[in-house]
Amino acid sequence: MTTGTAGKIRAKARLGDRVFSGSTVVAGSLILVVLAAVAIFLAAQSIPAFLAPAGDLPNDAPNFWVYVWPLVFGTVWAAFLALLFALPISLGVALFISHYAPRRIAQGLGYIVDLLAAVPSVVFGLWGVTVLAPMLQPFYEWLNTNAGWFPLFGGDVSGTGRTILTVAIVLAVMVLPIMTAVCREIFLQTPKLHEEAALALGATRWEMIKMAVLPFARPGIISAAMLGLGRALGETLAVAMVLSPAVVVSFLLLTNQNSNTIAANIANQFPEAAGIGVNTLIASGLVLFVITFIVNAIARYAVNRRKAFSGAN
Amino acid sequence: MKISRIASIAGVALAATIVLSSCAANEGTPAGGESSSSLKGTLQGIGSSAQGAAETAWGTGFQTANDAVTVNYDPQGSGAGRTAFLTGAADFAGSDAALKTEELATVSPTCKAGTAPIDLPVYISPIAVAYNLEGVTDLKLDAATIAGIFKGTVTTWNDKAIADQNPDATLPSDKINVVHRSDDSGTTQNFTEYLVANAPDVWDAEAGQTYPYKVGDAAKGTSGVADATKNSKNSITYIDESGAEGLSIAQLKVGDAYSTISAEGAADVVSKSPIADGREANDLAIAIDRKITDANAWPMVLVSYFIACQEYADTDKGALVSAYAQYVASDAGQQAAATQAKSAPLSGDLAAKVVAAAATIK
Repeated sequence: MTTGTAGKIRAKARLGDRVFSGSTVVAGSLILVVLAAVAIFLAAQSIPAFLAPAGDLPNDAPNFWVYVWPLVFGTVWAAFLALLFALPISLGVALFISHYAPRRIAQGLGYIVDLLAAVPSVVFGLWGVTVLAPMLQPFYEWLNTNAGWFPLFGGDVSGTGRTILTVAIVLAVMVLPIMTAVCREIFLQTPKLHEEAALALGATRWEMIKMAVLPFARPGIISAAMLGLGRALGETLAVAMVLSPAVVVSFLLLTNQNSNTIAANIANQFPEAAGIGVNTLIASGLVLFVITFIVNAIARYAVNRRKAFSGAN
Repeated sequence: MKISRIASIAGVALAATIVLSSCAANEGTPAGGESSSSLKGTLQGIGSSAQGAAETAWGTGFQTANDAVTVNYDPQGSGAGRTAFLTGAADFAGSDAALKTEELATVSPTCKAGTAPIDLPVYISPIAVAYNLEGVTDLKLDAATIAGIFKGTVTTWNDKAIADQNPDATLPSDKINVVHRSDDSGTTQNFTEYLVANAPDVWDAEAGQTYPYKVGDAAKGTSGVADATKNSKNSITYIDESGAEGLSIAQLKVGDAYSTISAEGAADVVSKSPIADGREANDLAIAIDRKITDANAWPMVLVSYFIACQEYADTDKGALVSAYAQYVASDAGQQAAATQAKSAPLSGDLAAKVVAAAATIK
């Protein structure tokens, strides 16, 4: 019996295989090329803004980082608030659809939540400005008078209700369908064996969810949250229409001096921008690109850390 | 099977007829098929959104008179428009500010080498100080009070500065809710220029497209500002007159008397202002005299320009732009813009100067 090293066994490949593998390679490299092109464009157009002398930048900023810091704060703060409102609700809706609702209602509710994702963001902006802000304004006044001692509710309350809290609510509504859809799919993938084992041992429905569904779904919930966070970070027109911005770093939720977000700032200033102003805006876009990249990297790390404990094993 | 085949062929033929007949969508209805114009071609303009409605009216009017011509205008913004013109992406630009000296020095590929672009004032829009205050319809304000309100030093409606000028009005003691633009805009530029000229001791910030003080609400665009003011009580803002429907407009102190906003007052100020110096002979960039004290003048005004080459590299294009610019500054064009966009038509002598300058474009 010969035990010599056999040559590598090649699988038989016909023309169809070659064409298919070639096209997948092309598709994969195309996306990398596009990403690289965008990154190079951003970097090249931003360099004049990084090197600009004081006095050339908008808002009288001495250097680029002073200009962009309030915008970065505003972007992260608005997205964080939106996620704070949206995540518990979307988990609740997803759990209701997957484990509590009767089948027919569950399918209908699923359709309706997906329909919310089809609404354009401009419509959300219009809704926020014309309906939500005036509706919330008396509530903000009440909150400011009675709970003004709480650090976030202090300051001069806005007369129009167009504050970062309203923007966070609008963003939460926009982000909800994506997160709910992903979470719903994850919860439905829970191994039936685990669920039934828990129930067989005497767990109630909530205990079964806590023991079998949620730990299995944790990486999926994190990815859903990151998807939602990505959308909230980049949302442009809804924020530009609803928010009343100023060049400040402010944690206050009820005033009309709110930190602007990077995307809304670009939408506001780009039409009238010229020269170094355009470079500054593109540089702030590069900063947003980097922030989203970092957020995604953290999410992937968090998911990979628990890979061994996912339900596949 | 046969019926459905016939039906599908008929359906395709019907759809094709409808689609192909709508191809000439940019043309207006030809007026009696009379136009004997020999002009043909396409003009691409980019620029100010303030001029947007007026440019639509001008484009339609010009195309009706010359049905072989197509005029396209993209209201991307004044900065974007000037950049596009200087890089050769547009045949003409609409801009709320005339070209600056460094922009004039740029060699645009659209223009013939060695010639410079020119600015023609074609659109005048009065800026109103509009407010939403219950029970008060004719507020009188002077420049110093306006500066104080918009800077945040005058905070309540019954402040002495306002009450002194309006002894008959019942002013509440509520806080004034200031609304301004969150985006860079030519309206803010002209408003702040007016305040810097007339109330420099109160308004110490420089004039610019960005609102300089951290006071009040900020809203995006003319419509955003109008909505914000209409939806909240006790608010005041500065806005293009065309967007101020539904709001009360304050009277402005000009000289010793209070004048009401009017198209003629605005056009009057522009025609009495000098042409900016250091420019080409046909470049009519105007240095608006904000301190004018004539009766019924309205110095809080925005002038928007039509930027074109003095000489085009392509002579056909030059002839087309010249004809279009002459139409825009003509009586017919200005009246069309006034009806559609509620702008102030150019006064007679300024219009004549603009038409003469436009005729030199080749």
